[in-house]
Amino acid sequence: MYNDYIPVVVFTALAIGLLAAPLVIQHLVSPRHNKRNDKLMSYECGEVPEGSAWVKFNVRFYIIALVFIIFDVEVVFLFPWAAVYQSFIAQGQGLLVLFEMLMFVIILTVGFAYVWVKGDLDWVKMQLKYAHGRYSKLGVDKK
Amino acid sequence: MDYIQPYLMLSSILFSMGIYAVITRKNAVAILMGIELILNACNINFVTFNRFGNFATLDGHVFTMFVIVLAAAEAAVALAIIINLFKNIGTVDVDQAKEMKG
Amino acid sequence: MPIPDLGILLFLGLCGLIVGSAFMVVTSPNLVHSAVSLLFTFFGIAAIYIYLYADFIAATQVVVYVGGILVLIIFGVMLTNKIENATITSKTHNQIPGALFSGILLLLQFYAIFNTKWLVNDNPEKSSTVMDIGELLLGKYLLPFEVVSILLLSALIGAAMLSRKKVD
Repeated sequence: MYNDYIPVVVFTALAIGLLAAPLVIQHLVSPRHNKRNDKLMSYECGEVPEGSAWVKFNVRFYIIALVFIIFDVEVVFLFPWAAVYQSFIAQGQGLLVLFEMLMFVIILTVGFAYVWVKGDLDWVKMQLKYAHGRYSKLGVDKK
Repeated sequence: MDYIQPYLMLSSILFSMGIYAVITRKNAVAILMGIELILNACNINFVTFNRFGNFATLDGHVFTMFVIVLAAAEAAVALAIIINLFKNIGTVDVDQAKEMKG
Repeated sequence: MPIPDLGILLFLGLCGLIVGSAFMVVTSPNLVHSAVSLLFTFFGIAAIYIYLYADFIAATQVVVYVGGILVLIIFGVMLTNKIENATITSKTHNQIPGALFSGILLLLQFYAIFNTKWLVNDNPEKSSTVMDIGELLLGKYLLPFEVVSILLLSALIGAAMLSRKKVD
């Protein structure tokens, strides 16, 4: 029954409690007065912080996340297959079931190959004008 | 919890909230969140009927898996479209996207 | 007064968590708050699946929804805003018709739920649902299973093509 999930509940409660405790303690202990200008500034190794921490992401992060979610879904389908593969081998259908899964994986690999070939996974993709120095080994300045 | 009604009530509340988000929100990403709520409500219904109904197999679970996969693909493509919309017209307000209006 | 079962208390708490955070999702003016509330909604629904004896679906919910779709949505929020300050607002419109329509829909559904005589037979819990799901996927649902890979392929290629920076 649900008894298998008692550790999950305990862990969740512990995680929430251990996170909340420092917040509550610092709220009780910290001096409430003088929370102005410099006190509220984020600490940046003695420098005055510049600009906002909320910057716009590069769209390349999105493509990485996209590839991640597609293969995340693939794992969800691989898992039940792996669980029943032994019983299919026992029935003598091992090769057939292996082929079925290979089809699935190969079709998705085509998508991965497409993204790879198109260069969406290369991090340094721009054509650098003066790239002969430190980036020359990466070959990004060659067409 | 061994009654069917609480689960159905929960899923209908989630569904109505998703509909409310789709109707009232102007931001396209917020509308997408409403759609995710609707899909979750339907998943809860599938699994609920699979537990309480007269089924020997777990067809409802397999259906739920397919719905989750479709939601993932849909979110990926929808967000790509939204990002392109933002690139082209500088906002994700769905009322502003009326270039094709006759 | 009888002491209520701990499982039922936990269930009610989960329902409160889900409905409250879903309410935050649909009404919060700050989109980042909406996205973070969606996290709690998804986690709560994963716990509800455990009450419904669907352990593998609960794991799938955590892996795909919380780990994948939510990350994509947060990226979408971050990528589609001109962020000068920390409040990413989302305008709303049609509140009254929207509330009216969804309220009527909710009442209709509640009417249907409470006035139907449900034929409930409580199926026994299986020790693990993964095996049964795997056999269904490789047997009865083999064709949808293979078609899903084509769907995912087209989604990957289409979305990657759409979101690529145009090279001039």
